[in-house]
Amino acid sequence: MNSMHSSIATGTSEGAWSQAWRRFKSDAVGVWSGITVILCLILVLFTLLGSLAANWEKEVAIGHAPPSWTLTDSDRIDASSGSAGSLPNVVLYEPTPTDVVDPIAAQWELVQKAVKPAGDQVNALATHLPMGSDKWGRDVLAKTIKGAETSILVGLAAAFMATILGAALGAVSGWYGGVVDDLSNWLYNVFHSIPGILLILAIAAVLNTKGTMAVVIILGTTGWTGTYRLMRGEYLKHRHRDYVRAADAIGASNNRRMFVHILPNVSHVILVQFSLLTVSCIKAEVILSFLGFGVPVDGVSWGTMLTEAQNDLLVGKWWQLLSATAAMSIFVTGLSLLTDSLRDALDPKVIH
Amino acid sequence: MSAYVIRRLWQMIPTLMGVILLVFFLFNWVGGDPAYLLAGLFSNQEQIDSIRAELGLDQPLTVQLWIFVKQVATFNFGNSWTTGESVASIFASRLPASLTLMAPLLIIETIVALVLAIGLAWVRGSSIDRGTMVVFTALMSVSILVFIILGQYILAYRLGWFPVQGWSEDYWKNISTYAPLPILLGLVVSIAPNTRLFRSFVLDEVDQDYVRTARAKGLSEPRVMFVHVLRNALIPVITFVISNLPGLLLGAFLLERFFGIPGVGREIILAVERSDFPVIKAVTVYVAIATMIFNLIGDVLYRLTDPRVQLR
Repeated sequence: MNSMHSSIATGTSEGAWSQAWRRFKSDAVGVWSGITVILCLILVLFTLLGSLAANWEKEVAIGHAPPSWTLTDSDRIDASSGSAGSLPNVVLYEPTPTDVVDPIAAQWELVQKAVKPAGDQVNALATHLPMGSDKWGRDVLAKTIKGAETSILVGLAAAFMATILGAALGAVSGWYGGVVDDLSNWLYNVFHSIPGILLILAIAAVLNTKGTMAVVIILGTTGWTGTYRLMRGEYLKHRHRDYVRAADAIGASNNRRMFVHILPNVSHVILVQFSLLTVSCIKAEVILSFLGFGVPVDGVSWGTMLTEAQNDLLVGKWWQLLSATAAMSIFVTGLSLLTDSLRDALDPKVIH
Repeated sequence: MSAYVIRRLWQMIPTLMGVILLVFFLFNWVGGDPAYLLAGLFSNQEQIDSIRAELGLDQPLTVQLWIFVKQVATFNFGNSWTTGESVASIFASRLPASLTLMAPLLIIETIVALVLAIGLAWVRGSSIDRGTMVVFTALMSVSILVFIILGQYILAYRLGWFPVQGWSEDYWKNISTYAPLPILLGLVVSIAPNTRLFRSFVLDEVDQDYVRTARAKGLSEPRVMFVHVLRNALIPVITFVISNLPGLLLGAFLLERFFGIPGVGREIILAVERSDFPVIKAVTVYVAIATMIFNLIGDVLYRLTDPRVQLR
């Protein structure tokens, strides 16, 4: 009601989006989850630009080096006194077969020597790292960040594809009705009658190619049904509203009424669907990669990390599991809570 | 009522045809020529031609589609490409293991989630309710894989309370020895989403007029919740459970894979890994049919239990 008074006073009414923003700002959970999600996305942006975790494949520690924070004080003293002379916490570099397949190893060494020409610790391997290292001595923290890039980007891309497909088909179906609607409904019924996981596996079987693109296609072509149903309903509802009829009366074309007049009024549905789908696509990517139909072994995602973590766990190395799980839960919890808050903030009918 | 059921069955035909077309399109067009797959790396044109003739792939597409329709109608999908076992006997032999695992899981998870949901709805808005919801949201953000990996490692491998994996021919040995841990882990995974959903069903009811009337006439709160509210909240719960029943046919992919249970889910994953198309085609079409039928049963039960619902 406050907004109404202020709008009378200023002569302009507050827009729907600024109202939603005002509601969103007053929701502490929403704001904090939003900040979490944005921080994660910034992290992804930095890895994309190559300024973060670019060398995740580099062997920087001994195999299965434990996380630093698990070491007791006596461990630290042992580690530093055990190593040669002035270099605490490192052992001397020994070539391992991993370096043979590392395509940038030679250049990397040159770069390292150019930066630090004097020290022998150039190739020294750490005995512990902030989040430990994996079987091949790669930094788990860097892997987790790089894996976040893959998982989050795959989730966003697949969700984007599914949302666009569902929204476009739903809009056309609800707007035109008739034969178009019948056909779309038929397609919806067909996709809806096959359980999601089965359809995903069937498409994985016929694509028979592994890779991030395949995951995006699989999840994008199977995930559109929910958005379709909602958007169809919204367009059916809005089609005969006064403002659309008014637009018709002044001669607005079909496309203009659909996309300029109605779309902004239903865009909150799309936004919430996109966010929900991102969560489910990230979860699905993890499972697909684990089953071996997703991100290939030379890449890294939270799913491939969990696959490796299962074997690590059998020899008592739990930090890769913890790292991937923690990263995934932080992002997914943040995004889920953000979605709930967005839904509340964007729907003016919810009583606040 | 019967008119409604007949019309719904009638409407299934185009959907079923769509499913058949979709599966046909996927496996005969997107999937590429399976003859090269089957013949292996070192094959000559004659071998490939003979495989194509055997599978009917040298026929025009419409003839191939007709063969596929006949396969669906006669429940005869031929033999697995990798093991040579007939698809029908694969399912007949794998289904018992899946059901041994999934049927108890479905019953237990529904009861536990329903009791929790009513409990939470009882104290709705309290710190217990909100705290539990936050914990559930956090639990749901952890991948299913993590629960299974950790559960198998700690409870079976480390503590030795359960066998790490395995399966036997004997039903009682399975249900008493091999199934409990997968069922427990399935329960842990499903409890959060199910409780959230059922809680919303219960909350839809607690503010209804009849609940106020029941309280006004002096009934105790347990009686209001467990007799009056529960009976009405059960309606969407039943529909939800019924529509999830076809999931029993699929088993639990991940649980079966982790615990080495020879069920349908593990068979499907194996089939995808080996590009064993007949198995995947068969399971997709039949699970789709089962889903349609169970959705109809769910709707009919909804009608029978809730007189307000008018089915047209």
